[in-house]
Amino acid sequence: MAILLNRDTRAIVQGFTGKIGSFHAEDMKRYGTKLVGGVTPGRGGQTHLGLPVFNTVKSAVRETGADASIVFVPPPFAADSIMEAADAGIKFCVCITDGIPSQDMMRVKRYMRRYRFEDRMRLIGPNCAGIITPGQALMGIMPGSIYLPGRVGIVGRSGTLGYEAASQMKALGIGVSTSVGIGGDPINGSSFKDILEMFEQDDDTDAVVMIGEIGGPQEAEAALWARDNMRKPLIAYIAGLSAPKGRRMGHAGAIISAFGESAQEKVEILKEAGVVIVPTPASFGEIVAGVIADRTKAA
Amino acid sequence: MDIHEYQAKELLARHGVHVPRGGLAYSPEQATYRASEIGGGKWVVKAQIHSGARGKAGGIRICSSDQEVSDAAEAMLGRKLVTNQTGPRGKLVSRLYVEETVDIGQEIYLAFVLDRKAERVMIVASASGGMEIEEIAEKQPASIIRATVDPGAGMQHYQAREIAFGLGLENNLIGKATETLLGCYRVFRDYDASMLEINPLVVTRDGNLMALDAKMSFDENALFRRPQISELRDKSQEDPRETFASDRGLSYVGLDGNIGCIINGAGLAMATMDMIKIAGGEPANFLDIGGGASPERVAKSFRAVLGDKNVKTILVNIFAGINRCDWVAEGVVKAIREVGVNVPLVVRLAGTKVEEGRRILADSGEAVIVADTLAEAADKAVAAWRSATMKKAG
Repeated sequence: MAILLNRDTRAIVQGFTGKIGSFHAEDMKRYGTKLVGGVTPGRGGQTHLGLPVFNTVKSAVRETGADASIVFVPPPFAADSIMEAADAGIKFCVCITDGIPSQDMMRVKRYMRRYRFEDRMRLIGPNCAGIITPGQALMGIMPGSIYLPGRVGIVGRSGTLGYEAASQMKALGIGVSTSVGIGGDPINGSSFKDILEMFEQDDDTDAVVMIGEIGGPQEAEAALWARDNMRKPLIAYIAGLSAPKGRRMGHAGAIISAFGESAQEKVEILKEAGVVIVPTPASFGEIVAGVIADRTKAA
Repeated sequence: MDIHEYQAKELLARHGVHVPRGGLAYSPEQATYRASEIGGGKWVVKAQIHSGARGKAGGIRICSSDQEVSDAAEAMLGRKLVTNQTGPRGKLVSRLYVEETVDIGQEIYLAFVLDRKAERVMIVASASGGMEIEEIAEKQPASIIRATVDPGAGMQHYQAREIAFGLGLENNLIGKATETLLGCYRVFRDYDASMLEINPLVVTRDGNLMALDAKMSFDENALFRRPQISELRDKSQEDPRETFASDRGLSYVGLDGNIGCIINGAGLAMATMDMIKIAGGEPANFLDIGGGASPERVAKSFRAVLGDKNVKTILVNIFAGINRCDWVAEGVVKAIREVGVNVPLVVRLAGTKVEEGRRILADSGEAVIVADTLAEAADKAVAAWRSATMKKAG
């Protein structure tokens, strides 16, 4: 059933009636996502895009049985919206919003721990492109047409670089089980390791492509976890070979500030952990195809 | 966003952190006036630039007379100071901070940072102050004390006390150290800082605890709610190319190569720059045009990239999702006509409505080199840059 999202996921949109929320809600519906409503405080009781609008996430969950939510709320209020979703019993939340202050995200992460692990909401993002299970459902802003349904998982920080990988794979006839964007912020809901654990458990995924970048400890952490726990092949690319130290490259998290955070160092750590490296961003397709061919031969 | 030492010290002083007496000066006359205001017979004149390692670069001078203060100010003001953190272009000195000198008993390193692993504010302290933290980590790793703050509860007194005792401070200094640490934490939290470094924090011979230097950076995502911090921005310390771009809402980082880049998405931008490097070229910049890639933003991006006179070729790489390629292509054609692009231009479009986009570029009659894939785009950009450079040489 792929990971986190499938055709039965019942999703609401937070920041539903805004311009961006409306645009993507329509797009997600068109793709096949089971959207059951949306939340905009003060507009409860109205109908928008043929779906009910609620004042609070709690009332949306009560009335629609929603178990997932996608957040398009502007940065000053986005952290609050994520916490509202967590408290309303939403199980899976995708936050697209770019520009949430780091201290707000620290609070969000701390807040989410007040729920027992089995009741705790799974958050991906913020500042991400979302998630797609090709052929089933989309909770995000990516163009659905570039993904072929298939058996390779993708997890990455960057939206458009993820598109690049998926389209190179599609050109060679390689499909995707689920593609997850974890976002470009220093503090995010799910790490690379969190998503790899899910792909490793998923019966519909045979191999995983991880698209990392400079800055932060998550790629190294994922490499060590994969070395000790992952049986499926892991293929990785790290962006930022040409990035100088101490300069923030667009993403709030893409800055080399400590040892082990440069692209070269991360590639070394991944290689040592036995991860297959994609040497250039133009060779995603070819490397994945090679790994799949080896696997087929071995089987 | 970075601020100056004197600005950081003002913030800290308001929250109970002791700092030496000092004053700001924009001219040698002001500098000597500040010295006389402070009194005594010995002062430090410090260049205010957004960089550490100023001492080794001649940006910090100890003076024992009015004349020396004036001479030091004369030597520093209006000059570019090149430190090992500024890059070869250096940073312009237009403000000085004149301070009283302090009798130093012990130097301590203290920093508050956002720890990405713990996802909390982390305090880093060491009794081996004065050195850079990398140097301490290498030479005295055992001397480094670390503690993280629970964002729900905030920093606790016991944590400050543990650090103070851990630093080996005398009993009579524990109260002062606790006050200093908690004051720093409040500044960090209340102003959405991303980094605060006091190096050194000194124990003076008369038993005081003082921040002799202070470096602070702030979370740009939080500036909307910190107008007091936004006001401290000093654009003269930024790369003018970056100021131009950021004033227009573009995410731009200036580099030293010749191939200008206009790309949507930070990850794809970094990857494209890497691809240029692999193909044998050097990127002139990082530029993420953002989600919309509207014709206006495309035109602004061309202006920002062409503002760098080193740019000899431009590579546009847009993977269109929401924004369709036909729309992006129209923006590119419009920008060429409006802005006037006088260097070779390579455009690679992918994603939604890519065929229409390519047709618009081809039908425009403009000299656009079209590429289908990322690899082809990088190869063509490097080839165009080489032939443009050769033509000039020939």
